[in-house]
Amino acid sequence: MTDLVFDAAAAAESAAPPSPILEIKDLRVQFRTDAGTITAVDAVSLSLAPGEAIGIVGESGSGKSQILMAIMGLLARNGTASGSVKLRGQEILGLRDDALDRFRGAAMSMIFQDPMTSLNPFLRISTQLTEVLTKHRGMAKAEAMRHAITMLERVSIPDASRRIRLYPHEFSGGMRQRVMISMALLCRPALLFADEPTTALDVTVQAQILDLIKELAGTMGTSVVLVTHDLGVVASLCDRVVVLYGGRIMESGPAERIFDSPWHPYTKGLLGSMPRIDEQVHGKLYTIAGQPPSQARPSPGCPFEPRCECRQPKCRSIRPEPQSRDGRTVACHEVRL
Amino acid sequence: MTPDPLLQVEDLKVHFPMRKGVFGGSQRWIKALDGVSFTLLPGETLGIVGESGCGKSTLCRAVLRLVEPTGGRTVWLGRDFSRLSGEALRQERRNMQIIFQDPLASLDPRMTVGQIIERPLLNFPVEETPAARRARVAELLTLVGGHPRWLDRYPHEFSGGQCQRIGIARALILKPKLLVCDEPVSALDVSVQAQIINLLMDIQAEFGLSYLFISHNLAVVRHISHRVMVLYLGRVMEIAERDELYRRPLHPYSEALIAAVPLPDPKLERAKPRLRLKGDLPSPLNPPSGCRFRTRCPKATALCAAEEPPLQEYGGGHIAACHHIDL
Repeated sequence: MTDLVFDAAAAAESAAPPSPILEIKDLRVQFRTDAGTITAVDAVSLSLAPGEAIGIVGESGSGKSQILMAIMGLLARNGTASGSVKLRGQEILGLRDDALDRFRGAAMSMIFQDPMTSLNPFLRISTQLTEVLTKHRGMAKAEAMRHAITMLERVSIPDASRRIRLYPHEFSGGMRQRVMISMALLCRPALLFADEPTTALDVTVQAQILDLIKELAGTMGTSVVLVTHDLGVVASLCDRVVVLYGGRIMESGPAERIFDSPWHPYTKGLLGSMPRIDEQVHGKLYTIAGQPPSQARPSPGCPFEPRCECRQPKCRSIRPEPQSRDGRTVACHEVRL
Repeated sequence: MTPDPLLQVEDLKVHFPMRKGVFGGSQRWIKALDGVSFTLLPGETLGIVGESGCGKSTLCRAVLRLVEPTGGRTVWLGRDFSRLSGEALRQERRNMQIIFQDPLASLDPRMTVGQIIERPLLNFPVEETPAARRARVAELLTLVGGHPRWLDRYPHEFSGGQCQRIGIARALILKPKLLVCDEPVSALDVSVQAQIINLLMDIQAEFGLSYLFISHNLAVVRHISHRVMVLYLGRVMEIAERDELYRRPLHPYSEALIAAVPLPDPKLERAKPRLRLKGDLPSPLNPPSGCRFRTRCPKATALCAAEEPPLQEYGGGHIAACHHIDL
């Protein structure tokens, strides 16, 4: 089936847009609740080059998932997003659902943590996969079916032409996540969002899925935004890292350099508090005192200040502005570049 | 000279019956645990790792007899624990406690923190005034990193890490000799996870109790355990001292499991030899013949299908079950 060979990589190369595929400026996500307005994401800016993989790291409540939800137009009803999100130069933040549908599934798509709840349990895999193609690519049923089977084979689902007729519950967790990935990549999107894609899986299956995302994104030229709490997953998949705390970017830059020499006290703390499988140290782990903030309330200063070992009086009242050097950015009063 | 073991588990089996279909047919069994043996010394932490469905949690429940084993026996402080019943069983159980993965779900939402921690004491009454009991509870709560002001508050007012501290205090109030930890840090954020790991290690150093520590996080297990046991489909694949296991895994399954964990360092991660297991865990309803791991094993041969490899000792208490270990 040579006609189904994926050509997005070649297409991307010949078109070679110098501009970023995704550009987020000053994104703010707020939720209206009975307890007042909660700011989940605050002043987040980042851009993504074609073919690049970026990892957004943070603990619960850091707002990492809400960034993706805001871009995809999937915020809960009480949520609003402001700022700017440009996909290939086109503003998509705040578009109506029917306008967004031209991008969702086609130019950008998303995989979630729990494949069982993101697949429809009442529909065969075949129905769910072909719908994407008939809707976005205008394919006829039979052609869509052939295409879907090829895609399942690409994500290493054995006996794909038979298994495509099964229902989601008839697959194992790892297989379901493969189905999700095949669905997300069916229209060869330029951009793939992955929200904790391997958190529900065993390490052995996680390794398979990470390899798969790496390989497919590589051959199809897809850019990846990976949201995770697992620094190991980021290290294995991403070129760049964004560290989020309390809805704000603490630090960002090339993965290799951030893991090598973190600048921000929070990044240092995160890396230090993880036990490592390759280290023979059994003493006390470094800890960050306290708990992650349960609700991101807008504070005039640095959100990490209550837990920070290097805090000064001004950290509470004055927000540290991002400073940049050598492609790295950090927002901390204590760091002087 | 090694001390007498706290716990000896011999050939422990837990088989769950499958419900029969409309037409009956022969009874089928899910062999969640199929002949597991190990010992646990006083003051020792034994880490238990393996993929979901390998029998980690069933093993812990069977040791505590929260599920009744279908075969084998457990010897607790020299006595056959599997034969105890009634009052004798109840009295012995105060020495073994458990903490769970979901800290909030394991606390009764309608009890105050003080009542939750105090509750086990009421099962084993001693002559003690309520005020003295409350003082003991407050003291223990402080020890696990809480505060006496928590006593009259309810679980929902606390974060995951704080709830896990409360769960730990409840487990410790009877001064147990064994604490079973079933994924105690898996639901916690990285920064909080480190606090709880440190707490568990401090408590062990202070009271000398033993842990059975289950986790799917192999890095956490390496950090906290003295010895580690690798389970696959209800069988022991390998047991070894922690650094020995992680540096020199003998069983291909242990090796693959360790290799699958991504390192938080892009340079090391790229340089790491790539070793990937294919496929998923087979159904425990119908495990492969011979060695259970052979369907996913890169070293499998005809011998592995024909014959189940016995557990063999390779020196220093390092045991593994594989036909293809050459030293």
